[in-house]
Amino acid sequence: MLNAIVAAAESSGKAVAASGWFLENAWLIWLFPAVSFLLILLFGKRFPRGGSEIGIAAVGASFVFGLLTAIQWISEVEGAGGGGAEGEHALGAGGRAAAAEGEASGGVGALTRSITWLTNGAEAIGAGIMIDGLAVMMIFVVTVVSLLVHIYSTDYVAGDRRYTHFFAFLSLFTASMLFFVTASTTIQMLVGWELVGVCSFVLIGHWWEEKDNSDAALKAFLTNRVGDMGIIIGVSILFFGAGTFDVIGVNEAAITGTMSHTVTLAAALCLTAAVMSKSGQFFLHTWLPDAMAGPTPVSALIHAATMVVAGIYMVARLYGVFFEGYSIGGSSINLLALIGGMTTLVGASLAFVQNDIKRVLAYSTVSQLGYMVLALGVGAWTAALFHLFTHAFFKACLFLGSGSVSHAVHSFDMKEDMGGLRKHMPHTYRTFMIGTVALAGLPILSGFWSKDEILAGTGGWGLFGGTGGNGAYTVMLAMGMITAALTGAYMTRVVYLTFFGEFRGHGTPHESGPRITVPLWILAGLAVVAGFINFPAGFQLVPASWEEKFLQWVEPVGVSYFPAISHATPSWTLAIVSVIVALVGIGAAYRYYFVRVRAVSPAATELPDGPTTKSSLARLGHRILVNKYYLDWLYTTVIVGFVKGPLARAAYWTNQNIIDRVVNEAGTRSVQAGEIVYHKVDQLVVDGIVNATGKISDSSGEELRRIQTGKVQQYAAIMFAAATILAGIFIIVI
Amino acid sequence: MLLNEMLFLGAVLFCIGVYGVLARRNGVLVLMSIELILNAVNINLIAFGAFHDTVMGQIFALFVITVAAAEVGIGLAIVLLLYRNRRSIDLDQVDLMKG
Amino acid sequence: MESFLNDWGLSIPTFLPIIGAAVMMLIPKDREQLHKLIALATTVAVAVFGLLLLIQFVDNDNYGALNFVVDKGWIDVIDSRYILGVDGISLPLMLMTMLIVPLCVIYSWNHFPEPHNPKAFLMLILILETGMIGTFAAQDLILFFVFFEVVLLPMYFMIGVWGGENRRYAAIKFFLFTLFGSALMLVSFLALYFLADAGTFDMRLLPEAAAGIAKSSQVWVFGGMFLGFGVKVPIFPFHTWLPDAHTEAPTVGSVILAAVLLKLGTYGFVRIAIPILPEAAAEWAPFIGLLAVIGIIYGALGCLAQRDLKRLVAFSSVAHMGFVMLGISTLTDFGINAAVFGMVAHGLITGMLFFLAGSVKERYHTLDMSRLGGLLVQAPRMGWILGFCAMASLGLPGLAGFWGEFPAILASYNPAEVLAEETFRSYMVIAALGTVLAAGYLLWMLQKTAFGNPREEFANDPNVHDATVSEYLAWAPLLILIVVLGVYPQLLFGATDPAVVNSISECLDSVTSGACFDAAAGK
Repeated sequence: MLNAIVAAAESSGKAVAASGWFLENAWLIWLFPAVSFLLILLFGKRFPRGGSEIGIAAVGASFVFGLLTAIQWISEVEGAGGGGAEGEHALGAGGRAAAAEGEASGGVGALTRSITWLTNGAEAIGAGIMIDGLAVMMIFVVTVVSLLVHIYSTDYVAGDRRYTHFFAFLSLFTASMLFFVTASTTIQMLVGWELVGVCSFVLIGHWWEEKDNSDAALKAFLTNRVGDMGIIIGVSILFFGAGTFDVIGVNEAAITGTMSHTVTLAAALCLTAAVMSKSGQFFLHTWLPDAMAGPTPVSALIHAATMVVAGIYMVARLYGVFFEGYSIGGSSINLLALIGGMTTLVGASLAFVQNDIKRVLAYSTVSQLGYMVLALGVGAWTAALFHLFTHAFFKACLFLGSGSVSHAVHSFDMKEDMGGLRKHMPHTYRTFMIGTVALAGLPILSGFWSKDEILAGTGGWGLFGGTGGNGAYTVMLAMGMITAALTGAYMTRVVYLTFFGEFRGHGTPHESGPRITVPLWILAGLAVVAGFINFPAGFQLVPASWEEKFLQWVEPVGVSYFPAISHATPSWTLAIVSVIVALVGIGAAYRYYFVRVRAVSPAATELPDGPTTKSSLARLGHRILVNKYYLDWLYTTVIVGFVKGPLARAAYWTNQNIIDRVVNEAGTRSVQAGEIVYHKVDQLVVDGIVNATGKISDSSGEELRRIQTGKVQQYAAIMFAAATILAGIFIIVI
Repeated sequence: MLLNEMLFLGAVLFCIGVYGVLARRNGVLVLMSIELILNAVNINLIAFGAFHDTVMGQIFALFVITVAAAEVGIGLAIVLLLYRNRRSIDLDQVDLMKG
Repeated sequence: MESFLNDWGLSIPTFLPIIGAAVMMLIPKDREQLHKLIALATTVAVAVFGLLLLIQFVDNDNYGALNFVVDKGWIDVIDSRYILGVDGISLPLMLMTMLIVPLCVIYSWNHFPEPHNPKAFLMLILILETGMIGTFAAQDLILFFVFFEVVLLPMYFMIGVWGGENRRYAAIKFFLFTLFGSALMLVSFLALYFLADAGTFDMRLLPEAAAGIAKSSQVWVFGGMFLGFGVKVPIFPFHTWLPDAHTEAPTVGSVILAAVLLKLGTYGFVRIAIPILPEAAAEWAPFIGLLAVIGIIYGALGCLAQRDLKRLVAFSSVAHMGFVMLGISTLTDFGINAAVFGMVAHGLITGMLFFLAGSVKERYHTLDMSRLGGLLVQAPRMGWILGFCAMASLGLPGLAGFWGEFPAILASYNPAEVLAEETFRSYMVIAALGTVLAAGYLLWMLQKTAFGNPREEFANDPNVHDATVSEYLAWAPLLILIVVLGVYPQLLFGATDPAVVNSISECLDSVTSGACFDAAAGK
């Protein structure tokens, strides 16, 4: 039974004829992988390729479906653009978009459909889908990366002890993520949020026979759970503040002021905690690098492109709450921007001291996620999502490239086992380079466009002339710039150690098969072109109709559930300066590695007389970095160790020796009291009476027996005497 | 009527019988004394019967004679067995039921 | 059909098990197969009856009111009548009982614990079933009390005869502790009878009749009930009987204890204590909430300190019931719905966990987690099921446990109007912390038991085999239900919600002006 739940704002205006079959049935997109999960789990082993066929087919179907949905959406947007008409999707019995009444801004509202999931407190809580540009974009990203990862995995994980199981959970993850991004209620988001966490747990610990892997999986799950406290409480606060679980309703309540500012802020804070853990923000990021213990395709899919951006998506989806709660439109720095900024720096700084190539990429992901959160914190909503879009492709490319390298050298350690691989693995080398350039934000490639937009969004006070933006977030700008330099630098280090110099490992590395290299090239290609869908306004080299496509398609305009944000004016000055900064970083690293280290020896990995040998400050800094700012020590040894060790033991000791002692004492004392009562009272007094009666009877009996002589005549005598007396009494008295 | 005299005779016989039951050691003599008691009672009954000019007394006396006869039969049997087992009918020696 | 069910629908499932036990009594001990068949037949018949009741119940579509009501005279001298009835709150619990008991019989088919005496063992299970179903069906306080106590003796014998090493201590502790609480509960019932002065123990009439009792007396009476039910739940600090009882009990005993017996306590709160004495409930609620959240954290911490797998699961029960009690203490529709759902979910999930623990014990002959490991290698299906149950237990959305925890936390944010918001919001935060700890101990347990490589001790032990047919049969319904209820909770909420709304809304107007306890948003 499908009841339509009408969105809060009443829909008015003309209804466009139904053209949204794919939009309407977008719930199929997550259904395909969900079904495939079950099928693979139950029947996968019987298939010739261990169930991967089912997985690929399902994700492929989702991809196609998602693509068609996206096309439909885009055509709706293009059709409604150009003023006047309120774009709505009419679906007959379906839900309405909450297009603001009276605002003819040409925007297109989201499409929602729901069913009643449960009733509680005589209130119906719904579940359904909400499809708009944001959802469509996420669907695209998730399905593309997932499909490529699936294909990649058929080679990478081939021969694995749990091949089928792996694909089953890849499917479940994809399904959960898709469920999450198409959710129309906060409860659904919560469900999807936790499900992706579980899949992450299972996939990180895929090789659970080794304790390190299962430790990493536990760490990931538990750190995420700490943040999950935030989302649970946040959803509760929002429900009671807004009166509904509906995403649209919640946003509207925040924007229109139905929810008081305190409540909105409280909810935003709680949700921020969740974002911090899931999206690896400082200081809940410590699980991400350890999560690299999982197979590389997992790292690429989950910890680069999709799951970790769940937090970003959530902020973007509930932007009304965050915007109002943190007063992002105001002029003071808010928590989100601050955390984002710090994360970029922390991630980038830690990436320098890693020898494991995946860990470098992991910290790099942390840093880039920081960018996205920073962008959301300064009000540059589209910039953040655009960066999410581009980052997914080039980071996945980098990760899969590192997987290809490890496939060849059977290790992830750059210093020990890599070097000079560009001769042996040309495809991997070239795609990796493309990914690196994109990550560093150099022009033309996608990273440049998206990172630049973020930096522009921070908007200094009249700095760089003409940059707008929301308020004074200069500090964030500085952080972003510094990180850009650092990014270029550490990636140069990785490139040198992996692909240049002399090969330090064992055996002969060779290029990987087509199932690995083809996805790499596809992703590299996407990394190149993805930037082109969001040319900044006023970019003279392209026709005006090509500009800001991404913004048009994704950003909700003129709808009641999205706050009015302002946009930065793009600035060429800023772009040039940021490129120069990145080049400075690259240049410094280039000089260090390509020039000086190579001068020592082609196989060298660092300078023997580098800064750490000369300066104790550098050594200290190095040690802090290697120990990851001692956060891990704090979490694992101090907090977890305390809770699991002394605290738990203390609680149990209290249980056994204090609480239970009361019970046991009660028992013992009762027994003792019982014994006293028994021995003293019962035996002596009560029983004494009983015994006394016995004794009395006994002794009186002794006396009375003397009457019994056995002589008949005496009995007769007594009898006669008695009879006489009685007769006398009888006669005299009566 | 000679009622008083009859009653007096009955009482005398009764007392002699009671003395015999209580004080004699010979079992047979005790039985004889019991007979005496019973006959005394008979005299009493018949005296009153005649006094009231009814036949009741005699009927009752017949009952008593019958019962006495039965009782003497059993009593003598007991004394006989007593003699057979102990070669003596001294009642003072029959005190096995002493408590 | 309908009238038949109306008259006999509840009496038959209540007493059929004990009739089965009586039949078994006449059959000699060594005819084991026959005993097993009779037990299975009886319990399955009861379950089938339950299904008929369910179908009729859905057909009646009157979830908020009592269905299948039977009202006959019983002990007239004390005004106690034989009244049975079920509504949306008790029917799910009853059905869960009717489901779990046959599964226990199936599970035990080839694994009876030592000393081997299937006749006595199965008879005790049947008597337990009567007690459990009767408690859920009873609508008269004395009748309720009788059934409430009936479950004590069979469980005592189960633990004391077939239990582990420390069984005598555990059995006596369980029996006396629970009995102590029940004695106070009985005093409360009697006090209620006299104070309400209505001349009846009928639970349907008492809410109105008790309205006139002075508040101070109400608080005392509630206190007695709190102790009686609270020991059974168990609420911290009256929980210490639970770990011992669970650890020492045989597998099936633990399952029944965890799945059903604990629910008798919480059911008592929802059915009796709160509707009849709402004013006192409002007074006691913050205190109960406090004990509940302490239980959540404390239970979780206790789990982390364990080496014995069963004891760990036992402490986790304390934590889960903390969530249930938190939901109840909010005195809102959301909270009590969460509590009832949590009861059913916990029954299914923890029942499964105890089944698994029993199977592990049977294979490894130890539950010491420092000696276990690598279950997924040696018995992959079983390890997978263990992981699944661990996920369900920590409240993963999509599985039943989530709907017991999340609405409870949600409800704590906005408790009933008479209660202090700040207090309950701080409880909410603590409860959310509890979910983190729950994940902690469950995954730690999973890591120790299922992950890693098997220890040398057991690496080549042929006894460590994967799940057997009887185990699959016993577990499948529970696993399926955990998923189904998790994905479509409306199956349960649809039944409980009207009943909860009814029973809470039926409370008195004197507690707050106008609406009572009705604090769901927007009302």
